[in-house]
Amino acid sequence: MDKPVNQGAWLLVLPVLLIVAFSAILPLMTVVNYSVQDTFGNNQFFWNGIGWYQELLDPSTDLGGRFFDALWRNLLFSLLILLIEVPLGIAVALSMPRHGWRVAATLVVLALPLLIPWNVVGTIWQIFAREDIGLLGWAVNRLGIPYNYTADPLSAWVTIVVMDVWHWTSLVALLCYAGLRSIPDAFYQAARIDGASRWAVFRNIQLPKMHRVLLIAVLLRFMDSFMIYTEPFVVTGGGPGNSTTFVSIDLVKLALGQFDLGKAAALSIVYNLIILAVCWVFYTVMTRMDAQRN
Amino acid sequence: MARIDLQSLGHSYISNPKGDDDYALKPMTHVWEQGGAYALLGPSGCGKTTLLNIISGLLTPSEGRVLFDGKDVTALPTEARNIAQVFQFPVVYDTMTVYENLAFPLRNRGLRGAPLDARVREIAGLLDLTADLNRRGRNLTADAKQKISLGRGLVRPDVAAILFDEPLTVIDPHLKWELRSKLKALHRALDLTMIYVTHDQTEALTFADKVVVMHDGRVVQVGRPQELFERPAHVFVGHFIGSPGMNVLPAEVSGRAARVGGHVIALRRGYPALNGGAKIEIGVRPEFATLAPAGAGGVPVRVRRLDDLGRTRIARVELSGLPMAATVPEDLTLAGDEASLLLDPAMVHVYADGTLVEGEAA
Repeated sequence: MDKPVNQGAWLLVLPVLLIVAFSAILPLMTVVNYSVQDTFGNNQFFWNGIGWYQELLDPSTDLGGRFFDALWRNLLFSLLILLIEVPLGIAVALSMPRHGWRVAATLVVLALPLLIPWNVVGTIWQIFAREDIGLLGWAVNRLGIPYNYTADPLSAWVTIVVMDVWHWTSLVALLCYAGLRSIPDAFYQAARIDGASRWAVFRNIQLPKMHRVLLIAVLLRFMDSFMIYTEPFVVTGGGPGNSTTFVSIDLVKLALGQFDLGKAAALSIVYNLIILAVCWVFYTVMTRMDAQRN
Repeated sequence: MARIDLQSLGHSYISNPKGDDDYALKPMTHVWEQGGAYALLGPSGCGKTTLLNIISGLLTPSEGRVLFDGKDVTALPTEARNIAQVFQFPVVYDTMTVYENLAFPLRNRGLRGAPLDARVREIAGLLDLTADLNRRGRNLTADAKQKISLGRGLVRPDVAAILFDEPLTVIDPHLKWELRSKLKALHRALDLTMIYVTHDQTEALTFADKVVVMHDGRVVQVGRPQELFERPAHVFVGHFIGSPGMNVLPAEVSGRAARVGGHVIALRRGYPALNGGAKIEIGVRPEFATLAPAGAGGVPVRVRRLDDLGRTRIARVELSGLPMAATVPEDLTLAGDEASLLLDPAMVHVYADGTLVEGEAA
């Protein structure tokens, strides 16, 4: 079989290649370049090989210690919000109306938090949770529960987790709702005739239909929470102490606060690789599961 | 065992129905005898599914009562009625095997162990599903899925009636016939009342002992297929059943004669007292109107077109400008477009405002 070959087709791909080169590949190479060098300013660079990486991945060094502390915080945070947002999102989706004008009303209300810029979300909660003038912080303290996110690490964590749940549960709920909407009424009617309990309906009809969107929701929420920066930066600035300093916050401190370009570059490349690796694992698991079901 | 009684049953989706038009199902009384095979036939939107959902309990009627063997079940939820329903689109629980699908209604009712296993295997055998018992539901063909939906109804020992809501819609044409024969066989083998909703007259007439024809939220006729064919109780039944449908012509009827555009058509029965204000029509099926050469008696018609249907020929004719369809005998040859039409007087029916008028026998 002869296929016509026209090398001129490369011209058509060229614009995209150029854009990607300037927007992604060149900056990335700059970062790689920084990560293997050291600088003392004056635009003078010295070769450092894999020195920064060795320091970064060794928890006994100062840099490595900071990195792993922040990484565990990130993982704990992602785990917490997944454990809360996924079941809560499913519950919200299940209790949403299926017909009538209330559908539109619910969708609008649910979409609201998703439409607010992230730093505004942070600002809202920063004020809302203040113990002196914030409605939430003031009320909680009046109830006799000591709560101050600027002084107490537990309060800071609770604030950030609750803020993320408020901000992103809607996304999980909307995705699940889309899955639920694809179930024809006949399934529910057949289940009633079969005498199925509410739990059996959920287990055998609703959950299988939501399975796919749930995987996407978990993936999105994991990636997003693992890269979280703006909201905790606005609310706590990483404090009190380092208790809410996530990897991204530490990275910015390192690069812009201390101007340690080499360390920061090595950190961002490792950070990037971790996210890529997790993405790959998710993708493989998802495609495997799909293949098994068919 | 179930004899299903519908007593002045009506349903409206509007809270305070005023006129007839507000009812999706106009108040009706009807009895479904135990063990009967019924077809509920009518065009889309005539209230068939509403009626079916009321019987199965998915819908609570706004008026009237539903009795199973004399016991009022109007307020009972569907799971408390000994009834099963098969839907237009096959419902199969994807994540379960065929076996688990069939066992599901029994497990929900607390049955376990050997009795459950025996029952599931018995029903799988009846439906030719034994070989597929360990397969997942999702990979099966539409007809196998529909068999599973049916199986989940049959498997329950308490089920006395099965309702079918256009169950063959998504089945391949060559499998429709097979599945319908299977249903017939099951009906003979098991002592079950079956109600089969369809808008396809062939399905209705081949499946059912008795056909219930619905039109515009009302039952217009209940009868054996032959009765529907020979004595349609409503012009709608005449139109809807038969292909082509019944010829309906406006007429003036007095005594034993109908007058259509200056021609007189003889009737078997007498109609002395027709309501003056009603719209009077006569109806005759093409099968009972035979074309003959001009001058052979009957009424003169003008032939417009001959349709060859393979086994028979149908003539499109005009009687005083009114279009009709008629049967063409095999040996007939026509010269020109003049012909005459022979009508069987016993098969010419008189309708007042669409409803059959019983004449006085000779």
